[in-house]
Amino acid sequence: MESQRSYFGKALIELGRRNPNVVVVGADTTESIKTIDFGKSFPDRFFQLGIAEPNMISVAAGLAAAGKIPFAATYSVFGSAHTYNVIRQNVAYTNLNVKIFCSHAGLTVGPDGATHQMNEDIALMRGIPRMTVLVPADGPETGKCVDAAAAMKGPVYCRFSRTNVPTITSPDDDFAIGRARVVRDGSDVTLIGCGLMVARCLEAADSLKRAGIKARVINLSTVKPLDTATIDRAARETGGIVTAEEHTVVHGIGAAIASVISGNHPVPIAMVGVQDVFGESGEAEELLRKYGLTAEKIVDGAHDVMKRRDQK
Amino acid sequence: MVDVSEELIASLKKKAVTLRKHIIRMTHNAQSGHPGGSMSAADIVTALYFHTLRVDPKNPTWPDRDRFVLSKGHACPVWYAALAERGFFPVDELLTFRKLNSRLQGHPELGTTPGVENAAGAEGQGLSFSVGLALAARMDHKPWRVYCVLGDGEQDVGQTWEAAMSSSKYGLDNLTAFIDRNGIQQEGRTEDIMPLEPLAEKWEAFNWHVLTIDGHDFRQILAAIEESHRTKGRPTAVLSRTVKGKGVSFMENKIKYHGAATSDEELKLALAELDAQEAAI
Repeated sequence: MESQRSYFGKALIELGRRNPNVVVVGADTTESIKTIDFGKSFPDRFFQLGIAEPNMISVAAGLAAAGKIPFAATYSVFGSAHTYNVIRQNVAYTNLNVKIFCSHAGLTVGPDGATHQMNEDIALMRGIPRMTVLVPADGPETGKCVDAAAAMKGPVYCRFSRTNVPTITSPDDDFAIGRARVVRDGSDVTLIGCGLMVARCLEAADSLKRAGIKARVINLSTVKPLDTATIDRAARETGGIVTAEEHTVVHGIGAAIASVISGNHPVPIAMVGVQDVFGESGEAEELLRKYGLTAEKIVDGAHDVMKRRDQK
Repeated sequence: MVDVSEELIASLKKKAVTLRKHIIRMTHNAQSGHPGGSMSAADIVTALYFHTLRVDPKNPTWPDRDRFVLSKGHACPVWYAALAERGFFPVDELLTFRKLNSRLQGHPELGTTPGVENAAGAEGQGLSFSVGLALAARMDHKPWRVYCVLGDGEQDVGQTWEAAMSSSKYGLDNLTAFIDRNGIQQEGRTEDIMPLEPLAEKWEAFNWHVLTIDGHDFRQILAAIEESHRTKGRPTAVLSRTVKGKGVSFMENKIKYHGAATSDEELKLALAELDAQEAAI
């Protein structure tokens, strides 16, 4: 189990060494999300702007307009919802090179409760034109998102978890924005997850395998632009899809995938995720269990879509 | 010191009348838009674009240009008029304002209109954007400066004060903010909608260098710009007392003309008044 925040902080420093145009803005959460270490390494390129996230985003936009590559980082509830119209007008409409990296996404924020459990940010961000939306599955992939976001032109929103997550990717795995990665092959059903739910899809695939079912597992680390070719192929070749996200099923990755396959190759789909409710205080694992974000629910979803497919 | 020759003042006055005529024509032609707040800011914008700003119309994205940021985006007619008169795009194009397929959007769009530096429309974001620009200039040891024009209505917006705090935290003496204090916002007088006074004291309390001027007096505008250049360690706020709809008698101080275009008859009257002002300079 590893911290995505630690990988984020380290990748940012390494990027800062390579590229003097990289700057970081923060909003009184910099220790917690590890951007403070960038600040220590590059004090002249680090701006602590206090509990004022709209200002932080617009300042980042101004820095980008003058040629900098600003990373604006905080907790996802503040970095997406509280700043929504600022991101829309000052970052996306302007198509500026601002990278918004947010930790503390989803239920696994834990005891802080519903005010801090951001289950709607993917929905918000994927609805904005020009926005690229990333959800890394683990620590190493979070680091790769930093580099890939800096290498592309334009706005990026990347969200990850506060809780430690299992490492399921290898540093050698190639990573590209816009490409979904098939992490396990299979022909009976497809499990598509993002963030910490990819590990749970793999767990579910193990469990299905014991029942003789070969599940394909896809790590959807880019939610937008969506890798429609990989999703279409999965729909065609396996005939059923289960999506899994630490996010509301309303307009999340399940909804994004459903809209692709309904247009191209309709197959039964089941969505594992937060069911249009707020979270509550609790430990990360307890919350995932209570709200149904488990390997068991993914297995149930797989049986459900296979049954619906075979009834046809 | 500022060159305040009679010739300079006369030429700026003439240019401001020209911008006001464009504003009236553009909003009349579109039968929408925001003439009142465009005309109140016309003298400030004229002073900046026709005296102060180091910009190159042939190379609008010249990296070392001064940056003009319009936070009160609804006043973009005055910006477009100044840019056209300064040679960033043809004056004829002004009449495409707010029309389909135009480069002159109803509120400013970055990347579309030559010379436009920010997107605005939702109020209260421009000063923060200016802070980012000013920080970048300082980081790169560049001499270019940032001039931001804010409305008084957007003094209601919390983000304006977030920006004010961060500007003084970083001692951004390369940032000059003009507050177009015309006293009227969309639904009424600012002091009725949300009292702002004492406004100068608010900016002082946020550790800005604050100047209060008549925003229609070019000598005072130029002196304020000059003083902001000389002020070290702090950003300067120029609280500019202005008249909404300035330049056309029946539009002055009228809430209606915040967001209403002139009729055909009013257009004639307005242009006649502005012609007379031009002739008198």
